Amino acid sequence: MARYLLRRTAQAAFVLWAAFTVAYVLLQLLPGDSILIKFQNPELGLSPRQIQEIRAYYGGDVSPLESYATTLLGFLRGGFGYSIDTGTPVVERLAEALPATAVLAGSGFLLAVLIAVVIAFAAGHSRTSWIRGALLAVPSLFVSVPVFWLGILLIQVFSFRLGLVPVIGGSALQQLVLPVLTLAVPIAAPIAQVLARSIDRVQAQAFVPVVAAKGASRWWILWRHVARNAALPALTVAGVTFGELIAGSVVTETVFGRNGIGRLTEQAVNAQDTPVMLAVVVLAAAVFVLVNFAVDVLFPVLDPRLRAVTG
Amino acid sequence: MSLLDIRDLAVSYGGRPAVRGISFSVEPKEVVALVGESGSGKSTTAHAIMGLLPPGGTVDGGRILLGDADLTSWSSRRMESVRGTRIGLVPQDPANSLNPVKTIGAQIGEVFRLHGRGDRRTIRRRVVELLARVGLSDPETRARQYPHELSGGMRQRVLIAIAIALEPQLIIADEPTSALDVTVQRRILDLIDDLRAEFGTAVLLVTHDLGVAAARSDRLVVMKDGLVEEEGPTSAVIADPRAGYTARLLDDAPALSAREFRTAEPGGRGPAVVVRDLVKEFRTGRRPFRAVDGVSFEVAAGTTHALVGESGSGKTTTARMVARFAEPTSGTVEIPGAGPGRLFRRHVQLVYQNPYGSLDPRQSIAEIVEEPLRNFRLGDRAARRTRVTELLERVALPRDVAGRRPRELSGGQRQRVAIARALAAGPEVLVLDEAVSALDVTVQAQILDLLERLQRDLGLTYLFISHDLAVVRQISHTISVMNEGRIVESGTTRQVFTDPCHPYTRELLAAIPEPVR
Repeated sequence: MARYLLRRTAQAAFVLWAAFTVAYVLLQLLPGDSILIKFQNPELGLSPRQIQEIRAYYGGDVSPLESYATTLLGFLRGGFGYSIDTGTPVVERLAEALPATAVLAGSGFLLAVLIAVVIAFAAGHSRTSWIRGALLAVPSLFVSVPVFWLGILLIQVFSFRLGLVPVIGGSALQQLVLPVLTLAVPIAAPIAQVLARSIDRVQAQAFVPVVAAKGASRWWILWRHVARNAALPALTVAGVTFGELIAGSVVTETVFGRNGIGRLTEQAVNAQDTPVMLAVVVLAAAVFVLVNFAVDVLFPVLDPRLRAVTG
Repeated sequence: MSLLDIRDLAVSYGGRPAVRGISFSVEPKEVVALVGESGSGKSTTAHAIMGLLPPGGTVDGGRILLGDADLTSWSSRRMESVRGTRIGLVPQDPANSLNPVKTIGAQIGEVFRLHGRGDRRTIRRRVVELLARVGLSDPETRARQYPHELSGGMRQRVLIAIAIALEPQLIIADEPTSALDVTVQRRILDLIDDLRAEFGTAVLLVTHDLGVAAARSDRLVVMKDGLVEEEGPTSAVIADPRAGYTARLLDDAPALSAREFRTAEPGGRGPAVVVRDLVKEFRTGRRPFRAVDGVSFEVAAGTTHALVGESGSGKTTTARMVARFAEPTSGTVEIPGAGPGRLFRRHVQLVYQNPYGSLDPRQSIAEIVEEPLRNFRLGDRAARRTRVTELLERVALPRDVAGRRPRELSGGQRQRVAIARALAAGPEVLVLDEAVSALDVTVQAQILDLLERLQRDLGLTYLFISHDLAVVRQISHTISVMNEGRIVESGTTRQVFTDPCHPYTRELLAAIPEPVR
C-alpha cells in the first residue's frame, strides 16, 4: 500500500507540473501583454520609456526560460506572484474567491450525485417499461442543456415569474439555491447514465437471484447488494466530471453575479492577468488530481477484490 | 400429500413457450432429478417454482402446490416469505453466485436477518455453526473472508450453507456441480446427501448430467422441449428406459456407455508431437508460481493423446505452449514438419472450449471458415469458395449455414464451424482445449464421432485437453494425468482406466458418477 501511495503521489506531482508548464507556455504565446493593456491607456499619459521601466519592474524583460524557472520556483514555495491587474498578491485574490466557489461547487456536486442516484435507482427499481424509459431519458435531456441558458431560465421562472427567490439581496442560502441547481444538472447527467447502466449490468449477475432466493425484496437487493457493486464505474465518472465543476462555475458565477474563482478567472482573462490565470489553472489541476486520487483510494474500500492488487 | 406437486405447468418467455404443461411431484425427503439438455425447460421449471423467472418469463397455466398452498396465485411479497424458509436454492455457478463485495458471514447471516430470526449474536453463532457443518475448516476466518478468497468448491459449500440455514423442506439444486471438478463434485454431492439425511429435506436436483442424476436420485423426470418424456424410479428408468429419448441420452452419456477402448494401430509414422521437460513459471508477487513443472510426453502421428486434470493442473498452459501461444520457461516442444513463424499455424491449429466466444459474431460462417485461407493466401477466390463448401460438408453442416451468422447456430453447430476453420489450412495436429465440455451429451457424442471420423480420414493427430474422464476414455488412445503441474501417470487408455497406479488417478476415476446398471 505504501508503494502504491508513493507511486500515485509521484504521478500527481507530474500531472501538476505538466499542467503548470502547458498553461505557462500557452499564456506566454498569447498575443498582447497585460502591462500594455493596463498602462498604454492614453489617459495615463505614460511615455514609452516609462512603460518600459514598468515592464522591467514586473520582470517582463528577462529571458523566457529564466522567467519560467522563477515562476515555477515561486509556485513551489507557495508564492503565486502578484496580480498585474490589481497589484495584490495572487494568493490573496485566490483566498478571497475560494470559499464561495468551494461552497457552490461542493453543494453542486452533492446535489448532482443525489439527482443521479435518485434517477438511476428509480429506473433500476421500476418494472414498468415506460416509466423506466422516461427516467432513463432524463439524463440525455440534462446533458444537452447549456449552463448559461439554464441559469437564465431558472432566474426567469423562479425569481421573476414566481418570485420565490430574490434576485438581489436574500439570505446566503437563497442566493445559493439557483446557482447550485444550474451547476448540478449537467453534471448529474453522465453520473446518472453510467450508474443506471451499471445497475442494469449488476442486476443481471448470477448472485442476484441467489439473494432473491433467500427471500429478499427487490428494494433490499437493489439497495444492499446491487448499489455497492454498481458504484465503482459511477465513481470514476463522478471524479472525471469534477473537472467540469470548475468550468461550470465560471459560467454560473458570471450569470448569477457571484464572486468566486469562476468570476476571478473571467476577470483575469479579460485583463490578460497571466499570474492569476496560471494560478487558477494550477489550482483546478490540483483539485482534479486530488479528487481522482481520492476516488482511486476509495476503490479498494468498496471492492475487496481490488485490495490485493494495490497492496 | 406430496411436498411439491406440479400440475400442468406452462411457462413462456415473451410468448415463446419454454415449458408446455408438465406434471410431477416431490415427496418429503425424496430426491427427484429433473434431467434434460439445454433448452429442455428444466431450469425454467426450477425458477418458476421459486417464483424467480427472469424478466419476460410468465407462468401461463397450471399449478405449483407447496403443501396445500398454490404458489402460482401468490403475490411476489408473499413469495418472499417462502423463499429461504420453505424452499432453498443451490445455484449453478458458484463463481458468480455470491456478492463479491460482501463477506461470507454477512451473506449467510442475511437469511436470518431477512426473516427476523435471532439477534446479531445468535446470527453470528449460527453462521459459524453452518460453515462448520458444510465442512469448511476454520469457520470463524471463513466468515470474515470475501468470496474471491475461496475456491469454487468452498463457495459452493457456502451456498449450500445459505440454502439449508433455515432448514427448508425443499432444496432446489440447479446444476449444483456442473462448474466443479469431478473430485469436488463428488464431495459436494455427498454433502447434499448427508444434509438431506440429517434434516429430512427433499431435493429437486436439476441436472444435464445423467450420471449424476442416476447416482444420486430416487426418481427421475426426463424433460425434452418443455415436456416430460419419462418419469419413474431411477433404477427402473436406467435399467429399462421406455422413452426413445431417454435411451438415447443413456447411450450418449459417456460415463454410462461401455464402449471399447481405442487402441492405436501401429502406423509407423513416428511421433507427431514430442514434449520434453516443459516448465512454465508465472511471476505472481514475490516467488514465481510453477504452473507446469517438467512435463514430457509424445503423441504418435494419427492418434489422440489426452491431457486430463482438474482446474489448476496445468493442462491448458501445456496445451498453449504446444500450440505456441505461450513461451515455455524451459524445455522443448518438437513438432516434426511444422514450419517457423506464422507457417507453424498451417501445421498446428487450436479448437477452443467456448463455441460462443471463439467465433466473430459479425462474420458469416463462410467468412469465418475462409479466413485462414485468406491469411495464408491459399488459392484464388473461386478455389477458396469450393474449399469452404468442402469443409462445411466435412463437418456435416448443411450447405445453407454458409451465409448465416454464429448467433443463428446452436452450440454444436458452432463447434463444427470452429473445427472446420481449424481444418481450413490443412493442419496435421489439432490441439482441442475442452472442445466438447460446453456441449449437451447428445451433441457431445456427435462431435466426438465427428472428430474420430476426421482423424481416420485425414490422419490427424489430436492433443485433447479435458477435465472429463468419461469423454477422454472414449476419444483417446493414450493419456497423461496431470496434477499440480506434473504428470502423475501416463499410459494407454486401457492401462490408465483398468489398472491405475497413482492414487490421484484412482481418486479421479472413483469420482466419476457411475450408476448401478
